[in-house]
Amino acid sequence: MIQVTAKYFAVFREQAGIEAEVLSTSVETAREFYAEVAILHNFSDPVMNCKVAINDELAGWDSVISEGDEVLFFPPVAGG
Amino acid sequence: MSSPVFKIASEPMSITSLNQELRDESAGAYASFEGWVRNLNDSKVVISLEYEAHTAVATSEGEKILVEAIEKFELIAARSFHRIGHLQIGDCAVWVGVSAMHRGPAFEGCRYIIDELKHRLPIWKKEYYLNGNSSWINCQTGNT
Repeated sequence: MIQVTAKYFAVFREQAGIEAEVLSTSVETAREFYAEVAILHNFSDPVMNCKVAINDELAGWDSVISEGDEVLFFPPVAGG
Repeated sequence: MSSPVFKIASEPMSITSLNQELRDESAGAYASFEGWVRNLNDSKVVISLEYEAHTAVATSEGEKILVEAIEKFELIAARSFHRIGHLQIGDCAVWVGVSAMHRGPAFEGCRYIIDELKHRLPIWKKEYYLNGNSSWINCQTGNT
């Protein structure tokens, strides 16, 4: 198990009711971690419509997450 | 060629000043785009908007997009900003300005930048409606 900080933005933050939390997980990738938090907080957006950043850098969903990482979950964007 | 600058702005910015930063003696064309807060979306009367961004990631990705456009369309310079915070109807939410030798690359480069900004930057929009409700909007469900 590793400990990872999950951070939520916009609609994800409102649905989760928190901005961030430290979670213990045994998953390897950001995609698997999203699946876990989506169940935890009832996120309904498919992963393909969302983005993820690891330690403030945009990352691919198949990126490996490590102990102490901050994983930022971005719901579907709407700039402009 | 000047370095591209993309900013997430919590206050209004002077487009006149930004326009001057695009000036170059080799530039024969300037093109810009302004996105304004409008009062109607999906048949609902909108009274204001709230923009939220992850500033570090949005700034980094925004500058990448400007660099891409400069290289792809041989632009002379490019600048852009996107507002965050609570905006009112008619406010400028996003601005893109580019200079180039000729109008074709200027128009195409400007279009490329605004299209990429809308799809790639971690920016979110919450609409507030006349009936008192509010809703987060996304590119998959609305005409943003």
